[in-house]
Amino acid sequence: MSVTTAEGMNEQAYKKESDYILEVKDLKKHFPIKAGFLQKTVGSIKAVDGLSFNVKRGETIGIVGESGCGKSTAGRTLIRLYEPTSGEIIFKGRNIAKMSEGELRRSVRKDIQMIFQDPYASLNPRKTLKAILTEPMITHSLYRPRERMEKLNELLEKVGFNPLFINRYPHEFSGGQRQRIGIARALALNPDLIIADEPVSALDVSIQAQIINLMEDLQEDFRLTYVFISHDLSVVRHISDRVGVMYLGKMMEFASKKDLYEDPLHPYTQALMSAVPVPKKKGVQARERIILKGDLPSPANPPQGCVFHTRCPAATEICSQMVPEYKELKKDHFVACHLY
Amino acid sequence: MSQINMEVSQKDLQLNPNLKSKPDTLTRIFFQKFTKNKLAVIGSIVLFIIIMSAVLAPWIAPYKFEDINLLDKLKPPSKEYWLGTDRYGRDIFTRLLYGGRISLLVGFCSVAGALIIGVSVGAVAGYFGGIVDAILMRLVDIVISIPSIFLLITVVTIFKPSVANLILIFALISWTSTARLVRGEFLSLRTREFVLASKTIGTKSYKIIFSHILPNAMGPIIVSATLLVGSVILSEAALSYLGLGIQPPTPSWGNMLEDAQNYTVMLKAPWYPFFPGLLILLTVLCFNFIGDGLRDALDPKTIE
Repeated sequence: MSVTTAEGMNEQAYKKESDYILEVKDLKKHFPIKAGFLQKTVGSIKAVDGLSFNVKRGETIGIVGESGCGKSTAGRTLIRLYEPTSGEIIFKGRNIAKMSEGELRRSVRKDIQMIFQDPYASLNPRKTLKAILTEPMITHSLYRPRERMEKLNELLEKVGFNPLFINRYPHEFSGGQRQRIGIARALALNPDLIIADEPVSALDVSIQAQIINLMEDLQEDFRLTYVFISHDLSVVRHISDRVGVMYLGKMMEFASKKDLYEDPLHPYTQALMSAVPVPKKKGVQARERIILKGDLPSPANPPQGCVFHTRCPAATEICSQMVPEYKELKKDHFVACHLY
Repeated sequence: MSQINMEVSQKDLQLNPNLKSKPDTLTRIFFQKFTKNKLAVIGSIVLFIIIMSAVLAPWIAPYKFEDINLLDKLKPPSKEYWLGTDRYGRDIFTRLLYGGRISLLVGFCSVAGALIIGVSVGAVAGYFGGIVDAILMRLVDIVISIPSIFLLITVVTIFKPSVANLILIFALISWTSTARLVRGEFLSLRTREFVLASKTIGTKSYKIIFSHILPNAMGPIIVSATLLVGSVILSEAALSYLGLGIQPPTPSWGNMLEDAQNYTVMLKAPWYPFFPGLLILLTVLCFNFIGDGLRDALDPKTIE
């Protein structure tokens, strides 16, 4: 009974809100570099430097980029594990970027959850499954104590895990099993948005497929919205509706999966896409591989102008002088490049 | 190994679904690993005997520790006086039992106090970091740079060297190593993903500290506490040896050693300093062995 009313209210609230469950506007996260006896700030690592995108309710946003481009930092800043340096994070119509921890705990934490990369590090080795999975419920005083076990069994069934193992410790399980527990923990609060930070990159390929399929099933069952962070272009292509490409803390291109994979506009995206292996087919000509020169510049000292100009095959004079505007070129297709 | 275990228990569970899977696996692993270390096991047994005989001293001891019998001065070990007598004719065995009480009491209580201060300071510094960490760690640096033996001597000369005072002073100077250790553990644990997961759940800081981080930092804390007990017992002995520790007639192993540091005693009863010295040595050695054993048994890297 109470569940239906709650859902009804959700429905109403949903209608009142904009289409977007999450809007990120010019989000920045700079880590100070401190040195010397007085710990003076001598510089900063611009891990996330002006990130903008939006997420519609019920869709999956993929965020790709090479190691060190700031995609994990972006995820952790979105969920307020890190204090954003500037910018706005508008979740369900409220800016949570500057919200206090107490306020977050009361109104937001329950609705955004995270799935972590390393299933071995993301579960406390000294807690049983039961303790791990009831912690979210106890923290938010969800359900009566007697109902919690029932809920817990339900959750475990949903993620395909035998509830008989509830008194066991994490070290007794395999990586895939642990990741299922991690997912169950994220689901325990019945969140709207789940930020998945490379949830399958620590697993082997057959298990990856299981977990991805599980996440897709759960998305339908729980009406979840995902922000899926990964460096694996194929996995992102499989699961996402729209995809953003990050480079050195900035969003280079953000578009629907179809647009991005079939008609990438930004030279960096083009280079990335050319690196995806494609099966040989008759009549289909092999794409030309675009090899980028050089390494990822240091985020402590990013290049002037467009951050990509040092490695860009299409760079011109203006690229090293002016930061390209991040603009909507076609409907829902954003690019930050001077070529357009 | 664990694969087989799982299969077996799965079968059990199918046969009897009400069977609870064993919840104490971590404890069992700990005991298995600890008992593999022979020295640690021997150390535990010897220490247990020493502690029990100190606790049960009033029932075991054949005499009263303050009973003077001037006719039986400096007697060698015999049936009557198992370990001989000192220069006032007091039974050495009896005094060793009672002395153990004081030495061990000072050791345990000082370390308990040091742990309370050290763990609190280290936990706060490590968890919150930043300016809090900087201030607390400078405080630790200051306390460490005070020459402890001179501080001890000064404080003990000003205040009466009672057992309570000694415990207080030892606790106040020996918490620093624990604080540094705990801070280090917290610094590395607070960025672990399971702690981040608790934060995203909305778990409050104190709960994260006590129920997630502290249990995972317990291994090194226990190990250092064990080693610290040994070193406090040594310091107490050293202080008593200088005549600044526990005051006679109350015996402690340290002041018995001091008592034996007398020309006539050394000549006439060379066995006298041997016994308290041996006990100090044994006890500290036991604590060190146990500490080593605990370190190996509690290391989570080998649990995985």
